[in-house]
Amino acid sequence: MSVIPADSASLPAAQGAPATKVRGYWGSVWNRLRYDYVTLFCLGLIIVIILLAVFAPWLSPMDPEKSSMANRLRPIGYKKYLLGTDEQGRDMVSRLLWGGRVSLMMGILPVVFATLVGGMFGVVAGYYGGKVNMVIMRTMDIFFAFPSVLLAVAIAGSLGGGIGNQMLTLTVVLIPPICRVAETATSQVRALDFVDAARASGASTISILFSHVLINVLSPVLVYSSTLVSISIILASGLSFLGLGVSPPTADWGLMLSTLRQSIYVQPIVTALPGIAILITSIAFNLVSDGLRQAMDVKA
Amino acid sequence: MWLYALRRLLLTIPILLGVTIICFALVKLAPGDPIQNLVRPETPPEEVAKLRAYYGLDQPVVIQYFVWLWRVLCGDLGRSIANNALVSEEVVRAFLNTLNIALISVVIAFVASMALGIIAATRQGGAVDKLVTAIAVFGISVPTFWLAVVLVIFFAVNLNWLPATGMGADGSHGFNYFDWNDFKFAVMPIIALALPPLGIMTRTTRSALSEVLNQDFIQTLRAKGLSEGRIIVHAVRNIMPGATAMLGLQLGYLIGGSVLVETVFTWPGTGFLLNKAILTRDIPLLQGTILVLATVFVLINLVVDLAQSMIDPRIKRI
Repeated sequence: MSVIPADSASLPAAQGAPATKVRGYWGSVWNRLRYDYVTLFCLGLIIVIILLAVFAPWLSPMDPEKSSMANRLRPIGYKKYLLGTDEQGRDMVSRLLWGGRVSLMMGILPVVFATLVGGMFGVVAGYYGGKVNMVIMRTMDIFFAFPSVLLAVAIAGSLGGGIGNQMLTLTVVLIPPICRVAETATSQVRALDFVDAARASGASTISILFSHVLINVLSPVLVYSSTLVSISIILASGLSFLGLGVSPPTADWGLMLSTLRQSIYVQPIVTALPGIAILITSIAFNLVSDGLRQAMDVKA
Repeated sequence: MWLYALRRLLLTIPILLGVTIICFALVKLAPGDPIQNLVRPETPPEEVAKLRAYYGLDQPVVIQYFVWLWRVLCGDLGRSIANNALVSEEVVRAFLNTLNIALISVVIAFVASMALGIIAATRQGGAVDKLVTAIAVFGISVPTFWLAVVLVIFFAVNLNWLPATGMGADGSHGFNYFDWNDFKFAVMPIIALALPPLGIMTRTTRSALSEVLNQDFIQTLRAKGLSEGRIIVHAVRNIMPGATAMLGLQLGYLIGGSVLVETVFTWPGTGFLLNKAILTRDIPLLQGTILVLATVFVLINLVVDLAQSMIDPRIKRI
């Protein structure tokens, strides 16, 4: 990862002073992040949320899908129910922990898939230019004609509910913006002299793409992708809220909010809980991606 | 300028064609035989066969698309499976309801975000700036449907100030925005819709304004002895073209993305229509509503681009 001459470019004098320790690109990013306490706190929060979700089977006090007619809609702190129960008497703590698995997965996996696919299309479009670029980017333009929520509802609404369809929908929705960012970054890198130099020295297209272009495109694309995690979580929970996500007994923050909504007059605070989980996760991801962007010095 | 307008106008045509292709493909995406997705289940078989021919479903897919496109251009979006009503009429009626609350929301969000952005940019790093940033982050991160539910908990369940759902006794027919007895139904949907664009626009205004305030001409104005208030006026004029473009874009997002908020408040707009279409798997209604909303979004973007090139003399687009 030390290929990018970030520091040496901005400090040409440093080249003449071998005694000073030259920090690599990621080293300088970390150096800037180290004093950004808000970002570090949110990063810690995300790690905690992920751990809670991963270890949900061991952490949750009860079976998240086991209902109890006698204990429906209990308030926070009722007997052994730390955060109350839902409309079917299921323990909210367990359901929130298990729901986090689905919601986090829906935040992260579609972004990963979309980054791989969209990034690939973007790099190809940006590197080859011309007709290839036109075909790929004009196709993407069509998807930009839909607001993201509308596109998600359109695709998921036609495909129907289910976790696979939801994942597919979110991936399709996230590909065009990532593709656009990758294309812009690639065409900028491509215009630089060192790419021509590599080609003049006989490097193959594949090797130029991987060892010269990709590595320089990576940081803007990754920073941009990180901003999409929170969007993906909110979109996913919105789809689940509309009944286009996981099917009922399974816990998911969006679906929980949707089914609890009927009980708003009985247990308003318990009803609001899944949304608070979504909000905290989404704020944490948003602030971390903000911090990353600043530390990596990428323009929005 | 006129050349740019013409070019931009022509560029819209392939985009709109692309939109129709995607909307057409939605029927193909839905599992099952397309004709079963398009007609009511109790339709007699001979009627189904007739409709199959009407929609051109017995022909190759390219022909099907053009048959469908021609009907759309003639204003025929098919009939709803749920109640056999004309989709075009349903969408138009719902669209006006959505447009009303979306317009009010975006104007509120715009005014508030300008005020907050100016306050934050002139007190950078201070406590007020941090507070404004926090409001912006909240607005960007909040799931609107949860916000809607929380609003209902506060204002309808606890305080009993506002009605939780619906549009009043007369529905959309006799709805009067200037009568409190009607308007109170719109208050919570408007707040829930306004917060996300408020967050986004506050953030943009703050960063654009702080960039302008660091430019040399501001220093010159200060050296000339202008008051800080007058300097802000100069700076705000500078960010106006970008801000108005943002306003248009957010309006488009609100109109297209109102499905969650309208579902919570059962506000009879296009979003509620979409929710109804999803619940009843009413594919013609889903397709028609999405086609109209996406077309409106494209047209809003077109108007925004043209308006921006008109009001900002610095932009010379060929």
